[in-house]
Amino acid sequence: MKLELKGITKRFGTFTANDAIDLVVESGTVHALLGENGAGKSTLMNVLFGLYDADEGEILLDDEPTGFTGPGDAMAAGIGMVHQHFMLVPPFTVAENVMLGHEQVKGPAKLLDLAAARAKVKEISDRFKFDVDPDAVIEDLPVGAQQRVEIIKALSRDAKVLILDEPTAVLTPQETDELLAIVKDLRDAGTAVVLITHKLREVQAVADTITVIRRGKVVGTAEPTASQEELASLMVGRDVSMTVDKTPAEPGDVMLAVEDLSVIDEDGIARLKHVSFDVHAGEILAIAGVQGNGQTELAEALLGVVPTTSGTATLDGELLTGKSIKETLHSGMGFVPEDRTEDGLVATFTIANNLILDLHDVAPYAKGMALQPRVIAEEAEEHVKQFDVRTTSIEQTAGSLSGGNQQKVVLAREMSRPLKLLIASQPTRGLDVGSIEFVHKRIIAERDNGAAVIIVSAELDEVLALADRIAVMYHGEIVGIVPPDTDRDTLGLMMAGAHEEAAA
Amino acid sequence: MTATLEAPQTQEPEAVVETPKSWKMPILLGAVGLISFVVFGLGTPGGTETRFVLSQKSDALQIPVWHAPAQPFAIAATLALIALAGLSAWASANRRKLGVWLPIVYGVLLVFAILMWAGAGKSSTSIQVTGLLIGAVVLATPLVFGALAGVVCERSGIVNIAIEGQLLAGAFMAALVGSAAATATGSSTAGAYIGLLAAPVAGALIGLLLALFAVKYWVDQIVVGVVLNVLAVGLTNFFYGTVMKENTDLNQRIGLPDLPIPVLSHIPVIGPVLFDQNLLVYTMYVLVIVLNVMLFKSRWGLRVRAVGEHPKAADTVGIKVNRTRVRNTILGGAIAGLGGAFFTVASGLAFNKEMTGGKGYIALAAMILGRWSPKGALAAALFFGFADSLREQFGIIGTSIPSQFLAMLPYLATIFAVAGLVGHVRPPAAENQPYKK
Repeated sequence: MKLELKGITKRFGTFTANDAIDLVVESGTVHALLGENGAGKSTLMNVLFGLYDADEGEILLDDEPTGFTGPGDAMAAGIGMVHQHFMLVPPFTVAENVMLGHEQVKGPAKLLDLAAARAKVKEISDRFKFDVDPDAVIEDLPVGAQQRVEIIKALSRDAKVLILDEPTAVLTPQETDELLAIVKDLRDAGTAVVLITHKLREVQAVADTITVIRRGKVVGTAEPTASQEELASLMVGRDVSMTVDKTPAEPGDVMLAVEDLSVIDEDGIARLKHVSFDVHAGEILAIAGVQGNGQTELAEALLGVVPTTSGTATLDGELLTGKSIKETLHSGMGFVPEDRTEDGLVATFTIANNLILDLHDVAPYAKGMALQPRVIAEEAEEHVKQFDVRTTSIEQTAGSLSGGNQQKVVLAREMSRPLKLLIASQPTRGLDVGSIEFVHKRIIAERDNGAAVIIVSAELDEVLALADRIAVMYHGEIVGIVPPDTDRDTLGLMMAGAHEEAAA
Repeated sequence: MTATLEAPQTQEPEAVVETPKSWKMPILLGAVGLISFVVFGLGTPGGTETRFVLSQKSDALQIPVWHAPAQPFAIAATLALIALAGLSAWASANRRKLGVWLPIVYGVLLVFAILMWAGAGKSSTSIQVTGLLIGAVVLATPLVFGALAGVVCERSGIVNIAIEGQLLAGAFMAALVGSAAATATGSSTAGAYIGLLAAPVAGALIGLLLALFAVKYWVDQIVVGVVLNVLAVGLTNFFYGTVMKENTDLNQRIGLPDLPIPVLSHIPVIGPVLFDQNLLVYTMYVLVIVLNVMLFKSRWGLRVRAVGEHPKAADTVGIKVNRTRVRNTILGGAIAGLGGAFFTVASGLAFNKEMTGGKGYIALAAMILGRWSPKGALAAALFFGFADSLREQFGIIGTSIPSQFLAMLPYLATIFAVAGLVGHVRPPAAENQPYKK
């Protein structure tokens, strides 16, 4: 089947997410759609899948125009999509999720034919060696398996075109390799695969055709033989350095000592299990691991947002555990939360007010009960300049800024206090390349000023670029702390739970 | 580097993190047990007896009246309560989980001890066990309908706080239409049946309003629900004070007849309790079974649950999320409206101001206690109905407890049940979240 997009334009208010995009996908090929976060890749695919209506343009299947009014139509036409955020119902079983929407029924009472659904799952799972149990409940499955369920879901509807939206964002390096192998198998079986990604390595590994999108427009096509540098500059629109400049660390004394820290969540599930480690002044400890293995809880426990059930954390000789969050912040911790829009900023507040969220009640920003708007504004102007926040005014709301500029506001606030420890969770998630460079530079500068730095990142590239030491977490434990020159395969195995010696 | 997925298995057992021990349950059970021992165990006068009547005069097979020596039985039962508390403490200390049987056995023993104490030495009255159970089923009826209404709505992601208003509107409509029909046909029974048919319409209309505001205008569903309850009270009060006051023909005492099922209704205890009821109660049995099967085994149920858990996932496989929600909210309203008929035509009563008296909220509690399943809702509603029936029974026996405190019994039972028994429950994940594209 040949899929063709012609002049697709999609606007949200005054913002044009897709601007007259043309795209042709042939069956039996892998077509990579490459672009930065926010370039409009996902919007385009949601238009194709019938989730959004295009303002202009048309979609042709085998040269026939289509008129999808919803995902149901797209699926009926043979288009399947694996969304970045999985579209699986967590308390349902694999079979129930796969049958949902096109259920087979049996008997006079027309009850669900679960046996048929199970058989279908089993058949597809066996054909592509997915190893998925039809009766497993989705929420108990690791993300890699959930993703295979999504692929089964699409294939069970006889998808001729399979769209994979940022499929490797949540996978370990090994799971990524497995997925890419599956993609090749699907292509060889005649499926047209559209791979949406911003990761150059994957594109080079499987793509037959590459289309690069920037700011909602197609800016070019490339051959799979193109180098990473060429692809990156096409994607970003200028030359990009693929490495982070940093001098070797000069670690001082132990700044943060974590001893036997455990966290149990509301459901009684242990998220952090007796974790112990040290971070020295002037070094960056990167915490690697697949999302959801306790990294979030570790960071939040150190700040004091989630209660701990055992253990201590000591910052420069002072006990952190048991302190209020305010005391912890004032004792020299900077905290960049992983979800900046949810936890890092108040979206409806101005930039100026967001910059003093932590210091709103101390001089010089407050006198008695009154805020000092003049001082606050002066400081804000200074921060905005220093951190290169692209905004027209400090009175703009934080919510109106782009992701990269929001993150700069958070960094500016957290770095405005003298820091002994900086914890940054997913510091560059969803940022454009320019902002990533800036954020990395700032974090390294903080290290060189003598602060201990903890980076939590799901991106192995970022971990390898920044870390002086790497701690790998799996199921709430640190499986090992390794030097930054450890190879990717070893790290990948550790992220899947193997201990350092076994992985090396 | 080929053994990628085998890697996790080779590691040593994972470290164990222990949850802090929870002493809530043993302390509660122990305190209640000790108080019961002193008040009901030692408080029962020695040498007296309590009479338990199990058969009704109409039963084919008569079970003799049981003359129980009150004090020994009351003391034994309350000591057993303390023993159960001890068992619960042992379980907490060892981090063992005990099943749901413990609170159930505890509750049965507690009720038994209280009945022993209440009936001790009263020669004029006896404990009517069958009557107690009949009362439980009858009083549970509106709660079951209300809870089922909640299940149908909330499984699709719409919070239905308006059950109370739907019950009230159903009660009003059943009385109004039923009375008019009774006058027209000249038969109060025919009128009652026609009233029963009219009740769901009123509930469905309120459901429609809820769906309109929740699905179309994205108003907070809890706020809309509360407002709809107030609206139902206001409207029914107005029509009661005007239309019904002026034409007493439009608010008659008409009632559904009891329809004893042949053979089954003659079984001792069970017969009169379950199989000598009116059409509304039989409808309830059928509805619970049908909804339980439909919700968990049918295409409709799978789609409804998907919409309530992860609407976007449902949308991406071509399920119309908002259409499902609107339909379910109207269906739920109709079910609650039907349950409202209990207060008027099914009880042989005329309509009265605010006669539902908060049963809609108890139904909501029954839905939560029943974990959003029709089966569970039935069990929870029967539990609350039993507490209510117990209150009535105490009123008949006469106890030294002030009647106001007895009136609190069903509500106290609700609070303790929802707080203590439910623990951490998980409502449908997309509840009270409008689906916006």
